[in-house]
Amino acid sequence: MLRFILSRLLQAIPVLLVVITATFLLVRCAPGGPFSAEKAVPPEVVRALEAQYRLDQPIWQQYLSYLGDLAQGEFGPSFRYPGRTVNELIAGGLPITAELAFYAMLVAILIGVCAGVIAALRPNTPQDYLPMSAAMLGICMPSFLMGPLLVLIFGIWLEWLPVSGWGELAGDKLLPAITLGTGYAAYIARLSRGGMLEVMSQDYIRTARAKGLPERVVVLKHALRGGLIPVVAFLGPAFAGLLSGSFVVETIFQIPGLGRFYVQAAFNRDYTMILGTTVFFATLIVLFNLLSDIVAVWINPKLRHQLSRSR
Amino acid sequence: MPFLKMASVSLLLSLLVMACGQGESNTASGNRQGILHLGNGTDPQELDPHIVTGVPEHNILTALLEGLVLKDPSTLEPVPGVATHWEISGDGKRYTFYLRDDARWSNGDPVIAGDFAWSWWRALQPSLGNQYAYMLFAIKNAEAYFRQEVSDFSAVGINAVDDHTLEVELANPTPYFLQLLDHYSYFPLHRATIEKFGPPDQRGSLWTRPGNFVGNGPFSLTGWQLFKRVVVEKNPHYWDAENVSLNAIHFYPTENITTEERMFRSGQLHRTATVPIDKLAVYRRDHPGLLHTHPYLGNYFYRINTQVPHLSDKLVRRALAMSIDREAIVRQVTKGDELPAYTFTPPGTLGYTAPDGFAYDPERARALLAEAGYPGGDGFPVTELLFNTSEGHHKIAVAVQQMWYKELGIKVSLHNQDWKVFLNSVDSGNYGIARAGWIGDYVDPNTFLDMWITDGGNNRTGWSSARFDQLILEEAPRAETREKRYRLMREAEALLLEDMPIIPIHIYTSKSLVHPALKGLEPNILDYTLYKNLSLDNLSLDKDPAAELPH
Repeated sequence: MLRFILSRLLQAIPVLLVVITATFLLVRCAPGGPFSAEKAVPPEVVRALEAQYRLDQPIWQQYLSYLGDLAQGEFGPSFRYPGRTVNELIAGGLPITAELAFYAMLVAILIGVCAGVIAALRPNTPQDYLPMSAAMLGICMPSFLMGPLLVLIFGIWLEWLPVSGWGELAGDKLLPAITLGTGYAAYIARLSRGGMLEVMSQDYIRTARAKGLPERVVVLKHALRGGLIPVVAFLGPAFAGLLSGSFVVETIFQIPGLGRFYVQAAFNRDYTMILGTTVFFATLIVLFNLLSDIVAVWINPKLRHQLSRSR
Repeated sequence: MPFLKMASVSLLLSLLVMACGQGESNTASGNRQGILHLGNGTDPQELDPHIVTGVPEHNILTALLEGLVLKDPSTLEPVPGVATHWEISGDGKRYTFYLRDDARWSNGDPVIAGDFAWSWWRALQPSLGNQYAYMLFAIKNAEAYFRQEVSDFSAVGINAVDDHTLEVELANPTPYFLQLLDHYSYFPLHRATIEKFGPPDQRGSLWTRPGNFVGNGPFSLTGWQLFKRVVVEKNPHYWDAENVSLNAIHFYPTENITTEERMFRSGQLHRTATVPIDKLAVYRRDHPGLLHTHPYLGNYFYRINTQVPHLSDKLVRRALAMSIDREAIVRQVTKGDELPAYTFTPPGTLGYTAPDGFAYDPERARALLAEAGYPGGDGFPVTELLFNTSEGHHKIAVAVQQMWYKELGIKVSLHNQDWKVFLNSVDSGNYGIARAGWIGDYVDPNTFLDMWITDGGNNRTGWSSARFDQLILEEAPRAETREKRYRLMREAEALLLEDMPIIPIHIYTSKSLVHPALKGLEPNILDYTLYKNLSLDNLSLDKDPAAELPH
């Protein structure tokens, strides 16, 4: 197991290097610089700014010094927020985005697994069609539609929930979490339905039933563990996706998270911020994929067995 | 599956319980406590007046700092700020400001003339990268000092005679000089504070953080959470503190304007920074009292690249300008009470109104195009109309495209680009016709006209006129009276509109939603707010003010 983890971590290094290099070159190729504005900036000012951000050096030198900073865990100063470093901005936004992603994941798992299991118990009956149609709707409904719709109903008509903010007014975390979570709930519902259907036809389920166990125990204790393997494999990438894909929801609800300035950095040509967030998210995605692989090995005896045999 | 059902039902119930008890709205508690909640557009980049460039930063800085003079929000004429009065020499070049004795920084230190001199010195340090340094170029030798042609700052026309007297010598008589003084690049800064946190020309040192920031305005900075809000509270050391009615102002970043409108509707804001176009009609119909619109000192226009062969002919450019029905655009496309523009400087800019340079006259436009060699649009190359990606710009471009096709028979292709790519294209002359906007820095025609001098950084059309340059750079600055100066400005603007390197479309409007409890706002073309004049009406608590808001 340790060797498996170590080798995966080593594989991550070239992946990240490619990501850094490609991003570094791509942002420099994009037309328009960080200091261009509707009102012309005097050349003296541009020179002063470029010197301050080392943009007056040859590009390979900039690249090398960036790698050097990165090795020390420094992402550099932000171009758009002169008084802030990228580390500071990420540190400020990450806990909020992570919290949002966590709640969204909770919503997704609770709704998704319940719907999937309910559907799998009576396949091809209304009990299956109803949650699965809802899941299809959830997959198709983009968050920029879902968000305002929920706000309209619960925020403005019913006045139950705040329409924006994060941690300021009671209940303001609920709508963003639901908005972000439903899309993933739909995927999870379909995955858990598939997984459960497969498991429910297995011999050991029949054995469990033959032993006279009540259906509740059969489903919750015996079938669920096997049926959720596809879901678990999905959770790692899904969480990374939730973290890096919260931009729309953060914008709709004015949440001061990481996703918002990830996208804005690209529009603003905030070179260090684009690089910093990309590298950060790339690392996260690599780690979460690794994590979900480990969990998959851990809950799936077949894989565990394979791994120990290959040693 | 009773268990699963029970689990789902209890989950939903617990979510609902979490949800309940939204409590009192911001505006209701704000009215009671004197806290104003403002939508403020984009998140402020910084709060250092020598680094920032945007309107949101301006809105916050005018609460935190105060210049020598302020403006009367109803007339925009100068009124005393830190200076109680001032004298202007006969030749209009020497200004002497007399500072009030009771002006204090938020830490209790007195505000003295030396603070202004030092701050202006800092604003002109090239290494700081101050994009608004040019605002100080009206001062003698300021430009030369900034360009490092003069190294001795004492040659710059700024002289603190004593603690309460500041003399400023200008390069030319600049009648709008007093107008400049409440731009943030002229605000005083607290030297000891800045030096405590690093060298004066260091960008982004920590002096602007809450707890560090020392200002001389009616409010002081007490909170700044990125992407969340900036909080300023009443400054007890402010010289006019007894006339400041508000206890605090909360500025919220509201980049998403539909969210901002929803925040207003649910009582989270007293005032929005703008109003989504599709909501204007609804508010106008159902709640006209909440919607405030008034002309704004800015022009929405198209630049024409005069270096493109078929656009280098001014007949063609005039034909293009004269065949756009601006009335139809503002009535049916923009719908925000904008004014159709037939001049570049917005009419009524402190008494200046340029002569209409052209009129909507499709007949004449067709004749001009024929005269230029394209009768009925025959042989006119397909021309590119470029705009930065935005639904609003796209709608206007489509309307203009249709009008040109219908009236002149010419074809235009529409291209949109991401903002920075767009800026790059326009800056490098890689366009045919491009959308543009210009907001005046101060209330004077000069801010709309000096950009069109030959090779001016903001010209970007390739247009050049020796006479225009002479009027703007030589003659107008030396004019003895405002009337004479305006006459020269009008002559310059007539030249610009005769040659038509630009096509004015409409004058911007400022649009906002305002809570009925907020009093003291004066509409003006600068959207200038004097926070010390604002108050929140507690009386309307008898009937819940939120009840008047739409749901």
